[in-house]
Amino acid sequence: MATGNHLGDGPPPAIRLRGLVKRYAEVEAVRGIDLDVAPGETFGFLGPNGAGKSTTIKILCTLVTATSGTAQVAGWDVATERDAVRRHIGLVFQEPTLDSYLTGEQNLRFHGELYGVDRSGAAARREEVLRMVGLWERRGDAVQTYSGGMRRRLEIARGLLHSPRVLFLDEPTIGLDPQTRASIWEYLRNLHRSEEITVFVTTHYMDEAEHCDRIAIINEGRIVALDTPDRLKAAIGKDRVQISTEDDQAAIQALRERFELDAAVLDGMVSFAVRDGASFVPQLFAGLGVPIRSVTVNRPSLDDVFLAHTGTTISDAERSGGGMNPLAALARGR
Amino acid sequence: MSGMPTATVASVQVPAMGLRHEARAAFVIWQRELIRFAKDRARMVSSLVQPILFLFVLGVGLSSIVKAGNGPVSFTTFLFPGVLATSVLFTAAFSGISMVWDREFGFLREMLVAPVSTASILTGKCLGGATTATLQSLVLLALAGLVGVPYSPAMMLALIGLMFLMAFMLTALGLVLAARIRQVQSAMPMVQLIITPLMFLSGALFPLSGLPAWLTVLTHVNPMTYAVEPMRSVVFDQLPVDPATRATLDPGIVWGHWQVPVGVQVILVIVVSIALLAAAVARFARTE
Repeated sequence: MATGNHLGDGPPPAIRLRGLVKRYAEVEAVRGIDLDVAPGETFGFLGPNGAGKSTTIKILCTLVTATSGTAQVAGWDVATERDAVRRHIGLVFQEPTLDSYLTGEQNLRFHGELYGVDRSGAAARREEVLRMVGLWERRGDAVQTYSGGMRRRLEIARGLLHSPRVLFLDEPTIGLDPQTRASIWEYLRNLHRSEEITVFVTTHYMDEAEHCDRIAIINEGRIVALDTPDRLKAAIGKDRVQISTEDDQAAIQALRERFELDAAVLDGMVSFAVRDGASFVPQLFAGLGVPIRSVTVNRPSLDDVFLAHTGTTISDAERSGGGMNPLAALARGR
Repeated sequence: MSGMPTATVASVQVPAMGLRHEARAAFVIWQRELIRFAKDRARMVSSLVQPILFLFVLGVGLSSIVKAGNGPVSFTTFLFPGVLATSVLFTAAFSGISMVWDREFGFLREMLVAPVSTASILTGKCLGGATTATLQSLVLLALAGLVGVPYSPAMMLALIGLMFLMAFMLTALGLVLAARIRQVQSAMPMVQLIITPLMFLSGALFPLSGLPAWLTVLTHVNPMTYAVEPMRSVVFDQLPVDPATRATLDPGIVWGHWQVPVGVQVILVIVVSIALLAAAVARFARTE
């Protein structure tokens, strides 16, 4: 393989996918993915359920073998160097994988032994990761007494225990309340302060992808967009402007006639999309001719990005995609 | 290609994935079984109920109509090794089948994605099931005196060894079944369907002498039989019985005209254990 391009002085990419394809009996879950993730990146893999996210992550974790193409993690090939890959990745799955009869610390001890963590440093490392996720005080309690958010945090701590080079999180915040979701992301963001680690996370919550350094948007087994969240949104070009006016109908008509903009009333506000919304606002005040009470300018969201690249919203894609193929169920491997 | 990572990622140690690492993984899985066993008092107590009922209720109740030969051996004495065996049977098989719960609650995946072989994981599980089932049976073993079995240290040690071996085989059988069972609610019917017949067709509850041909065939193809007979033989070695009584109550296993030696029976159990473990490994490695 052409390793020459990547040799340089630096380490190999944390993740390297070339022409990755996974075909199940009835469906093609992954249809040719090429991707490089740099060491230290927080990389988001974004898309509706059934888009191929889980399948890709399972290939990277050596749980599923690819139909064709290659996948490497931290320089190791997932097909031929399975145990080396496993030794150097941390996994947090959608479904819980804790023994709820054991205590938090026992779960970690068990994991350390399975991964061959050096015994002399194991206790200190357990304390470190437990403190990192705020569970040190509860280490002696059976996991069945933990809340959903605490369990997920324990799984993250466990995934980090053996100092992996890449931490994979498959929908780490699914089923959690917004507050817990926010706190999980805070732990993930703080990770880089103490660990030299690449984080690869899948999500179908668009707002969560904002936390990532780069994101790939995946739909129907292909990457349709790949960049930083800001650049992806900038590429859409238009901002969303919402104004509150004395006379909404007159305002809509004025926008069409004087600025050639299509506007509609959404949530009680006149809304429209325009390039560089911030500098458009002064023109708006000067030329609209209808008194304006308030203005909000929003950068495009990743939902808009998804819409622009796939022609459908993420929730619509889930409704049709999830219903039409049994991929989601297949990919979950049960 | 494979040389590159070692050159560029020098700071990371890849521990040798050798036997020591595999043994460590098996050991911690064994430990987990013991921890869970110690925490689950209810299971411990409840699984003693059935053997004690067999021994003291069925055994005593039937004593009046069952004349155990014509010697000094009472029916409960005869039943004792068989009851030890049934206790081991259910506890060990359940240990193996408990993998269904590990799958349901996700912990199986934690084990199967670790950088260790499936064989090490399942060996640890079998050793755990064997240890817990044997520990549990020690309670019954302590009751030996109540049913006229002398407390001979040599016999006790032999019984413990035989129970451990039998428990290993049955945990492996439980694992083979667990690989097939996808739903927790199917686990109990499976016990009824597979495990209970193993008990009845093993000679644990009746002597293998003078059975009709069909029953002889069924007992001879049941691997449990070869685990129960050595136990009974070890117990009868300690009893003051005449050869005729022994031939009735502890006839051993006869293939055609060949009296199968106890040593061969033990070897057979070992072979079946390894075969079942290998089958379980193949199934778990393929299906997860």
